[in-house]
Amino acid sequence: MGELIDYQLRVNGRERDVAEAWLGESLLYVLRERLGLPGSKSACEQGECGSCSVLMDGKLVCSCMVLGASAVGADIVTVEGLSAGENDLSDIQAAFLAEGGVQCGFCTPGFVVSVHDLLEHNPDPTELQIREAVSGNLCRCTGYGRIIAAVQTAREARRA
Amino acid sequence: MSTALDVRRGRLGESAARPDGVPKVRGEFAFSSDMYAEGMLWGHIVRSPHPAAAIRGIDVSAALQIPGVKAVITSDDVPGRKTYGLDYPDQPVFAWDVVRYMGEPVAAVAADHPETARRAAAAIVVDYAATHPLTDPVLAADAEPIHPLGNVLHRQRVRRGNPDATGAVVVEGRYETAMQDQAQMGTEAGLAIPGEDGGVDLYIATQWLHIDQEQMAACLALPLDKVRLHLAGVGGSFGAREDLSMQVQICLLALRTGRPVKIVYSREESFLGHVHRHPAIMWYRHHADADGRLVKVEARVILDGGAYLSTSTAVTMNAACMAPGPYRVENALVEAVAVRTNNPPCGAMRGFGSVQVCFAHEAQMDKLAAALGIDPVELRLRNALKTGDSLITGQVLRGTAPVAEVIRTCAAAPLPTGGPRTLAELELPGGAGRTAERDRVRRGIGFAVSIKNLMYGGGFDDYSSARCRLEDGVATITCAAVEVGQGFVTLAQQIARDVLGVTDVVLAPPGTSDIGSAGSTSASRQTWMSGGAVQSACVAVRERLLSSVAGKHAVARDTLEIVDGRVVSPDGEVDLPVSEAAPGEVLEETVEFHHAPTAELDADGQGDAFVSFAFAAHRAVVDVDLDLGLVRVVEIATSQDVGRVLNPVQLVGQLEGGIAQGLGLAVMEEIVLDHGRVRNPSFTDYVIPTALDMPPVHIAAFIEEAEPGSPMGAKGAGEPPMISSVAAVVAAIRDATGLELPRAPVRPQDIALAGSAPGPVPGSGPNNVEVSP
Amino acid sequence: MLVFLPVSLEEAFDAFEQRPDAQLLAGGTDFMVEVNFALRRPPAVVCLRKVAELRGWRLEGPEVVLGAGITYTELMAPELSGLLPGLAQASRTVGSPQIRNAGTLGGNLGTASPAGDSLPVLAALDAEIVVASKKGRRSLELDDLIVGPKRTTLGPGEVIVEVRLPAALGSQEFLKVGTRNAMVIAVANVALVVDWAGHSVRCALGSVGPVVIRAREAEQFISSRIDWSGRTAPHEGDLAEFTALVRSAARPIDDHRSTADYRRHAVGVCAERALVRALANHNGGTWERTSWAS
Repeated sequence: MGELIDYQLRVNGRERDVAEAWLGESLLYVLRERLGLPGSKSACEQGECGSCSVLMDGKLVCSCMVLGASAVGADIVTVEGLSAGENDLSDIQAAFLAEGGVQCGFCTPGFVVSVHDLLEHNPDPTELQIREAVSGNLCRCTGYGRIIAAVQTAREARRA
Repeated sequence: MSTALDVRRGRLGESAARPDGVPKVRGEFAFSSDMYAEGMLWGHIVRSPHPAAAIRGIDVSAALQIPGVKAVITSDDVPGRKTYGLDYPDQPVFAWDVVRYMGEPVAAVAADHPETARRAAAAIVVDYAATHPLTDPVLAADAEPIHPLGNVLHRQRVRRGNPDATGAVVVEGRYETAMQDQAQMGTEAGLAIPGEDGGVDLYIATQWLHIDQEQMAACLALPLDKVRLHLAGVGGSFGAREDLSMQVQICLLALRTGRPVKIVYSREESFLGHVHRHPAIMWYRHHADADGRLVKVEARVILDGGAYLSTSTAVTMNAACMAPGPYRVENALVEAVAVRTNNPPCGAMRGFGSVQVCFAHEAQMDKLAAALGIDPVELRLRNALKTGDSLITGQVLRGTAPVAEVIRTCAAAPLPTGGPRTLAELELPGGAGRTAERDRVRRGIGFAVSIKNLMYGGGFDDYSSARCRLEDGVATITCAAVEVGQGFVTLAQQIARDVLGVTDVVLAPPGTSDIGSAGSTSASRQTWMSGGAVQSACVAVRERLLSSVAGKHAVARDTLEIVDGRVVSPDGEVDLPVSEAAPGEVLEETVEFHHAPTAELDADGQGDAFVSFAFAAHRAVVDVDLDLGLVRVVEIATSQDVGRVLNPVQLVGQLEGGIAQGLGLAVMEEIVLDHGRVRNPSFTDYVIPTALDMPPVHIAAFIEEAEPGSPMGAKGAGEPPMISSVAAVVAAIRDATGLELPRAPVRPQDIALAGSAPGPVPGSGPNNVEVSP
Repeated sequence: MLVFLPVSLEEAFDAFEQRPDAQLLAGGTDFMVEVNFALRRPPAVVCLRKVAELRGWRLEGPEVVLGAGITYTELMAPELSGLLPGLAQASRTVGSPQIRNAGTLGGNLGTASPAGDSLPVLAALDAEIVVASKKGRRSLELDDLIVGPKRTTLGPGEVIVEVRLPAALGSQEFLKVGTRNAMVIAVANVALVVDWAGHSVRCALGSVGPVVIRAREAEQFISSRIDWSGRTAPHEGDLAEFTALVRSAARPIDDHRSTADYRRHAVGVCAERALVRALANHNGGTWERTSWAS
């Protein structure tokens, strides 16, 4: 594999060391296999499914499309960084559960991150805006109905 | 803001929260791809790039030289049976003399980094002599055999009544459905850990733990108790995991290296590495009288089974038996045959043979309606099955069969308001591509109905095992039923709460070591079979609990019951919480739950082969760009025969999810093959619906007529949503365009290049309808 | 050092001197697919994410100067979408929100896919692409930069730094045909510009040839037929001829996504619709299609 490299990433507010990594590893790989953060999922490795979605400097991106070593200096937030503490849920996570928006759950972390990003930038999205915002997150189990309902529930709760 | 959820509530009939929901939304749920073991190696399977080739030699020497590579294995290293298979073991663990499909495993490596494993795999030199692949299913039966067992995988005939009967009206057609992929989000993954006893522990996402174990034991030449399977988190399935994927290969690598080995399939490998839905070519001829009553149905179905048998036998049986659909017909001449080709192997996918024939029989019913000038819904009502009618297999429907109800309620659902002139730009066909011209967008409506046989049949003695253990008010359920997302875990808790009145229900992790088989998570069977097993086990424990309390209080057992979590007698003399009713006692019961026996079909396809049936109707509204052939599905309405609603929100999830997969097969999903080569094994080019493609689903009705024989009155609900949804969407496109469209999926060129500018077919239904709000 | 994160162009060029075999990484949405699938194993990488000169955009007189690192999301923002509406429309069709946040204009150029969604717009607007290296800067037109499918004339150590486009030029339309409503590779895409001041129509076709194609015959024909005074609407017959000329300019292939026949058909439909929309919009919608002479 050639020379290995060392670098540091800031993930969920903490500085984390990456040691002896192959330079071609995606951020997704680094999060899952080196930093003990397997919440982001690998389902396509080509940015076509959104299961690996994270926030990078406040922008929603696919972590499989980010070279791990190129994320040095960026603020990375994963699904693990979105709930307050042990056994706590964000309002969006709670809404997904309440509305039946989780079946197998493989797409769920990616959706949770995308929806956090959506409501952060647009607190009052229409149904069409919700669908467009999550159009990069594939789900095979739910048909999206209960997921859209969950976003609407979270939106309403924040308005109240 | 944060809230913790109390997931402990919910009895049958309520939308109880799923017990695995919190870890799933927090990203803490361990899927098979998340498994980790200290010192683990990464495995990688080497696959044939050719759909057909002889193997002249395999040279692994270069791979073994690569630093970090710990093992390379081929068929020579399989100590036991070299093949496996659900029905018959015709499929090699590793090909040794020939490869029969693109993607067939030939070797495997284990190394200390996945990248090293990939490089080692690439360094293995397989000397292939490519041969001309057999890829035309129509020719396969008569072609040179590509396997010692021949090219006919299974043939199922169904003959009933008078083969020479004719009707006043005859319509025919040739229909095709393409190869669909389950495209479950979690790719295949597993972790095998060699045991100190020479056995192996495998953590795997699969559909049926015990059948995997059986096949693996034979290949690994190990006794069953040395092949221990543990269910790892499953990221969806839909049939893809019914066959073995990596199970034998990963265990061989672990046993060879003495270290844990993990394999995670890439998406491309997942497409190549699991079975797909059988593509079908179907010729149909319907005879009816002048009032539209079916006189005879003739059908010939060819299913492309691909290289190996998998579950083609049962798929063929289903296709033949369900060929006419949910309608009464006295006379039938049906033959379905599954053939072997060098195309990718096909097997279980949600719907299992019914999806294909439903596409054809519903197109036929619409043709009949048009020929007779009868409303298509009315035609279906005239022929709808009901309890007491017979199928073409001669089986009398003894369970509930509310087909007319399903049809009426679905057809009565209000149509969506608005139309192409009023929709936002993003909602027109073409979406953000902004291609649509509103004047050239036509709205169409299509309707379809389906029948699905639930569970296994044909004489197979299917069963499920479950154990209930009650101790100090906590119930522990042990059942190997695989949770793939459908919510069985929720149901198991609901059942225990319902029967025992407890709040806390623990689910033991499913595995092969502690409990017998629960059968497959497929065929819409788990609610009935494993739900039934769990219920029976809980009932047996309740029986012992109440007997124990009765004895202690010197009352008759039959005066006691459990109400609101308390053991009570009518006079109030006995009134104590379940948690205190048997202090210090452990009450445990294990049950094996069987369904009523079924019979094999005879040479004419006659016999009481099925346990139960479920029916569903779908109505689709689509907008079609007539010049570009782009389609947007505006709404899908449905009614489904469910027996009893056990968990409303989970049931909605099954309907919406199944309909999305039906929409996919109708307008966008197909594995594109070129002489046996898969051209699109990626999410870039095998496209499944996004949130912008999937419309709202309107559930017009759950028809709840409790099914006799079902332990809780419920019918399996997973497959019906997938079946007539395909037919309804394509019917709607036909309505909008006036085109025959005998193929699913419909491609843009099928509409745009069909000939002169498409116009509506007279009498085929309303189109260009703009409904005022 | 194997992965460089320069903050300036100068630092980027120094990195290339240190590692001439280093590969360029912009948004990663093409690069990482190749790495993840083991089609590309870079010995070293120069990541352009932080290079100041590649970020942002500015107005220089009648031109918009886009930093090559500008993302699709940034191109969709209100101010830029007013100045470059065709590019904003194209950006909205790219991938998903995740891809649009990361993918860059420079990357779309560097990847040079025949289906690249920004490319027809750049072609129709006669974009000037500025490339820089240690030796200095040079300007290119699109068809001098992209010479084949996934082939550019970029030399070693060269970086695309800017794209210069006319601001708010005429009426612009971008249409893209795909088999799904999101995350879809174009089966055909069309960018069309009606330059009212310059009395010309430009029409660029994507996904129907090895590179983006300017349908020059069709452009010249329809430009000569439009009444630029705005008094009379074009004839249906002229529209049909325009469409036929567009189709004859296309050189599509059959592949697993679509057929040559369909692509040729689709690109004609899209070009016609784009033209009608652009013309109708300019007159505030008074040129309704139904009022056109046949």
